[in-house]
Amino acid sequence: MQARRFVPLVVFAVLAGLLFRSLSIDPTELPAARLGQPFPDFAQPELKSGRQISVSALSELPALVNVWATWCYSCRVEHPYLVALAEQGVPIYGLNYKDEPVKAREWLAQLGDPYQLNVVDEEGSVGLDLGVYGAPETYVVDAAGHIAHRHVGVLDEAVFQRDFSRWFPTVASPVAAAGSEGEQ
Amino acid sequence: MKIALKALISATICGQLWLAPIVLAVIETYEFSSPDLELRYRQLSQELRCPKCQNQNIADSNAPIARDLRVVLYEQLERGATDDEILAFMVARYGEFVRYRPGVDRNTVLLWAAPGLLLMLGAVGLLFHFRQRPSARSTDLTEAEQAEITRLLGERRD
Repeated sequence: MQARRFVPLVVFAVLAGLLFRSLSIDPTELPAARLGQPFPDFAQPELKSGRQISVSALSELPALVNVWATWCYSCRVEHPYLVALAEQGVPIYGLNYKDEPVKAREWLAQLGDPYQLNVVDEEGSVGLDLGVYGAPETYVVDAAGHIAHRHVGVLDEAVFQRDFSRWFPTVASPVAAAGSEGEQ
Repeated sequence: MKIALKALISATICGQLWLAPIVLAVIETYEFSSPDLELRYRQLSQELRCPKCQNQNIADSNAPIARDLRVVLYEQLERGATDDEILAFMVARYGEFVRYRPGVDRNTVLLWAAPGLLLMLGAVGLLFHFRQRPSARSTDLTEAEQAEITRLLGERRD
């Protein structure tokens, strides 16, 4: 019967353990449903040339697909880093998500253009097919054209070295004297 | 007077609670070709979870992505898609996360089983509780104690 006295303690310990673990879980991090699948096909205009493009336009693989918009503040924060990555030879394709093409072209003229090309997605339909729920998001499309990784939020040196570098082994570390320091 | 006031206050509170879900829902107008579609729209938009603002369904959320999903839902309903097809479409893009009633798989089996397990645990607990009580109650009094009790009860009666 002595064992009974410890029941509340055990319950408390289990509960405390669960709650403690949940402190370090980020609830905003969602599993990407599209991982391992081919990049969804689309028929959208390209931002600068205006010509109609499909998924076959993502020709240089592996590559990054960066979801961005001029209304997105964090995109401005990560932009210099994307420019630095592009200078290192990482192919980056843009998905200009629910944005106005005129503003987007201005942005690229002002801040530099790290993108091979940009898919104009004013309605957000390509984003929807990808499972995008905000900007910025950055995807890795591997050599086979499959979605290999998704990062939600600002892409920076630490994130790239941790999660992205295995697809881009030629990129130097640190990537960007130009990226983070050059801006300040 | 006091009672009437109390009743009025509680009625008001209850009224507001009852109204709450309606007030919260985003106001948009869709023209449905049949009342049946409208009903399914309501049900599905309350069952689908907004990926951005995670504790709201897409019916209540003002997030742009929730609006997009409502449009998709509307279009698919009008196109004649079944509930299963629509849910599959959403899950393919946003994962099981978008459903407030996720399918049973490795990650959700505990979630689905928990109520039953807890109920069983409670039943077993109760069973033990009531089984042990009587035996604990009928404590073994010594003869001397029993005699003392009889004496005390007898005293009172006098």
